[in-house]
Amino acid sequence: MRNLWLFLIKNYALFLFLVLEITSITLLINGNNYQRSTIINSANGVVGNWFSMVSKTEDYLSLSVVNDSLATENERLKNELKSTFYISKIDSGILTDTLTANDTVTLKQYRYITAKVINNSIIKRNNYITLNRGSLNGIKRNMGVVCSNGIVGIVKDVSPHFSTVISLLHKDIKISAQTMSTLDFGSLVWDGINPRRAQLIDIPNHVTIRKGDKVVTTAFSSIFPEGINIGVINNASIETGDNFYSIDVELSTPFEHLEYVYVIDNRMAAEQLKIEEGLRDD
Amino acid sequence: MINLVLSNILRMLFLVFLQITLLNNINLHNTINPYIYVLFILLLPLNTPIWGLLFMSFFTGLIVDSFTNTPGLHTSAIVLMAFCRPLIIQFVTPRGGYENEPIPSLKNMGERWFITYATILVFIHHFSLFFLEAFRLSEFFITLSRVILSCIFTMALILIGQYFFTKKTKR
Repeated sequence: MRNLWLFLIKNYALFLFLVLEITSITLLINGNNYQRSTIINSANGVVGNWFSMVSKTEDYLSLSVVNDSLATENERLKNELKSTFYISKIDSGILTDTLTANDTVTLKQYRYITAKVINNSIIKRNNYITLNRGSLNGIKRNMGVVCSNGIVGIVKDVSPHFSTVISLLHKDIKISAQTMSTLDFGSLVWDGINPRRAQLIDIPNHVTIRKGDKVVTTAFSSIFPEGINIGVINNASIETGDNFYSIDVELSTPFEHLEYVYVIDNRMAAEQLKIEEGLRDD
Repeated sequence: MINLVLSNILRMLFLVFLQITLLNNINLHNTINPYIYVLFILLLPLNTPIWGLLFMSFFTGLIVDSFTNTPGLHTSAIVLMAFCRPLIIQFVTPRGGYENEPIPSLKNMGERWFITYATILVFIHHFSLFFLEAFRLSEFFITLSRVILSCIFTMALILIGQYFFTKKTKR
């Protein structure tokens, strides 16, 4: 026993190093796990408040860009108003009234929560975004995040006032995506090289892929609604002997200057996940 | 003595502040990403006990981690670097051994010694940091190029800081 103590004391530096290193590696590995809660991230109060302070001072520098994007979005939304459509039927006024009265209320599946980006990075291999809304505004884990141009990421941790989002620019993210004209679906991943390009994988080589075709989300996941813009196919090729396309997608989301985003609350997500769970047992 | 402790604490706060406000947002060609907060561990006095080195690096790493949403990433890299520091100091002993320099800065130890010492340790830190972040070997060469380029950039920043903002300490 005495020898053991002597040995430990003599080599205390090595053991202390091993203890600290194992602690931090454990933190790192648990941090990649979805189900966890730790204080070492920007969802905690101190760091969150710091970022909202920094963000407030940076706001002035990007006012014109934000104004532009909000104006474009307003324009798009106004074009979708019912009053902009020409109604050809004479009695359609009565028809629309009776049809919409109860349907839209009970069957509304998605709710959008506005949030402001207070911290964002694009230069790491794994990027995260911090939002200034949290559980008090109804944000929960695994909700999708979009902006007016396209998808942004998935919510990771939530505190009462802040939440962190796994950006699309992350090595673990995989989003179900399809081409808009031919509806061939695959998965969207990011290879870590260019923050404006992502890769669409798992599309078999017998289909035809057109350069310039739009890529949108599919209806498969419980996180994003169908048809949300992702980007445009920039380059599609088949490596010799490969069964799948390698496709580069030019992302439509400007990750360099994200300001306002929408968190998507899918009210039927729990129901969908529950019924899909039954498939796993087979 | 108290002066020495105070100046080290101030240096740590300044470097961490610089890192989280400015350098975490620097992106050159999507590969270069400087991490200058390691300079705090490099400039600790030569006679700092190793437990002090390890605990201080662990603490610094945790602060930087909480601002980058990567629990454990910077911590493990800088603890590894702090553990290697005494070995590297032995490895690059100057001719005639060490005199009683309080701080291993560029002006105290000479250019050649400091550049070798700092480059090896910064490389160890960046190597473990970028490879733990990528966590896969399929991107080996992309990650390695990030390590080398960022290492050069961090060293350039450290040397600029050393040339312009330090004085030779009196013995």
